Amino acid sequence: MTAAVLSGEGRSPVKVVASAAPVVVLLWVLPYVLAPYKTLLLTYGLVMAIAALGFNLLLGYTGLLSFGHSAFFGVGAYAVAFMVKYLDLTSMELFIVGATVASAFVTALFGLVCVRYTRIFFSILTLALSQVLWSLAFKFFWVTGGTDGLRVPTPRLLGRAVAASEDKTTFLVHAYYSYVLVVFLACVALMWVIVNSPFGKALQAIRDNETRAEFVGVQIWRYRWIAFMVSGVFTGLAGALWVPLNGLTTPDILYWPFSGEIVFMAVLGGFRTFSGPIVGAIVFNYLKTYAVGFTVYWQLLLGVILVTLVLALPTGITGTAGQLLARLRRAA
Amino acid sequence: MGILLIHILNALLYASVLFLIAGGLSLIYGVMRIVNLAHGNLYAIGAYVTAWVVGQWLVGAPTVVLYLLIPAGALAAAATGAIIEPTLLRPFYKRAEEYQLLVTFGLLMILEDVVRFIWGPYPLSASVLWSELGSIAIGDALYPTYNLLVIAVGGLAAAFLWMFVYRTRFGVVLRAASQDMRMAAALGINVNRVYVQAFTLGCFMAGLGGAIIVPSQSAVLGMSVDALILAFIVVVIGGLGSLEGALVGALVVGVVREAGIALFPEIELAILYLIAAIVLLVRPAGLFGRTA
Repeated sequence: MTAAVLSGEGRSPVKVVASAAPVVVLLWVLPYVLAPYKTLLLTYGLVMAIAALGFNLLLGYTGLLSFGHSAFFGVGAYAVAFMVKYLDLTSMELFIVGATVASAFVTALFGLVCVRYTRIFFSILTLALSQVLWSLAFKFFWVTGGTDGLRVPTPRLLGRAVAASEDKTTFLVHAYYSYVLVVFLACVALMWVIVNSPFGKALQAIRDNETRAEFVGVQIWRYRWIAFMVSGVFTGLAGALWVPLNGLTTPDILYWPFSGEIVFMAVLGGFRTFSGPIVGAIVFNYLKTYAVGFTVYWQLLLGVILVTLVLALPTGITGTAGQLLARLRRAA
Repeated sequence: MGILLIHILNALLYASVLFLIAGGLSLIYGVMRIVNLAHGNLYAIGAYVTAWVVGQWLVGAPTVVLYLLIPAGALAAAATGAIIEPTLLRPFYKRAEEYQLLVTFGLLMILEDVVRFIWGPYPLSASVLWSELGSIAIGDALYPTYNLLVIAVGGLAAAFLWMFVYRTRFGVVLRAASQDMRMAAALGINVNRVYVQAFTLGCFMAGLGGAIIVPSQSAVLGMSVDALILAFIVVVIGGLGSLEGALVGALVVGVVREAGIALFPEIELAILYLIAAIVLLVRPAGLFGRTA
């Protein structure tokens, strides 16, 4: 029950929208209040939140821990970079379509192999397959730019390019931020519908008891495969949104420690709740940025946080907050 | 002919080091059912400690002493393992596998920076041991003698390990605990002690891998992550939890890498991952693995 406080599970759609509205309004006005740099960080956070949200459909709802989501993020990012390099495209809408198609294709393929396994074998297999893409991006430098990566200029949003009068930062902080926010909200709404649909319930049934789910008539293999694809496409979409922001894509985002970061986000926020990965991604993004600025040993800092988190607060930020809220309510 | 022999020796060189790393990973998984993502870091610790002892601390000491000190890195890695298992891993045996992976991923980040903190960001070298032995002629080509030593150590380690696991009392206990931990505990085996011993032994092997290879390469940051990925391929091919599998997997990876570097350098890594994926598809538990 405690987890349901923040996940909103079991509440009517009207109530969910009503409780989410203040957050949306806040996100909408933030760029006018915050310094441009802080807004940029928030944009990164929202983009990663889409990736973590997709990732959590597998971990939180299907019970599969993927250590290879960097692959899908990278496919989205590189799809955009290729469209720029080889097709001279600049439209963000086309980028999104291209990245979605590319990541759907790759996840469908990877999924065919991976969903036959569960538990540790699933994790290792996703990791191994993601590293195939990493090594290809790394070695085929004449196609992918190798470690130099590929540059991606600021795209046109709904046909509108950076005006001559505004600099790139202003464009990113206002026009691009709003764009990302809209896509983010659409993704959240879509994921909400997915996890509350019969399909989403079936996934949770598989997570909780595979054998029983099978007896009830759920085709486990197919459901897992579709969940894998949906999860990967969300992450690929995040990759597409990330590239113009970063201006460059390098093989680093295909390397498996990046998958680890996505896992970190979900656990930090709490993978047992719907909103956990979103909170986790945004917080992780600030955390990492400040840790990197604060010390060269930022990995050590993040590692200690992760270990402490897993040891002491396995339900993450939202789970712990939910428990605290429930305790307060009981006391009152 | 000489060239082919050198390629074979190089493949064996890779395989020796990989066997030490992946064998340790596999041993730990076989007994404790934990995939230690920080395993590569213990390999790195082995390399750094030996490079530091040989290349900085005792530089100028008689070479014989230096050769005898190569295992220092392995001992350091074993000591690290003996500390990590009871403090960080033990609380996680009863919890879901996801948490075990996460805690070892956190450990990976921590150990990576601990190494950077102690030895700094620059590579550490122990090349004096490598150059001291010179090289021998194979056909009309020259081959570093030290590499032969590495191959010998890898082979010896495999033999000792086999004897240890299949011919000693400790090995019997180890195998019993790995087959059925509850049953072993019911029969009076102190499972906690077996776990810490197995983990320490696994870390010792990884550390030995690092220590033995560092004179011919250098200890650099990032070596741990690279090594871990190759070790994963080895255990996926051979079967997680099987020592024979680790040996065969290491040989496969060693040969493919050596052939890959010579023949198809661009897709060498991709081929390795594909082999691993195919093995998993055909034999889900790896070539020598047991199905759970």
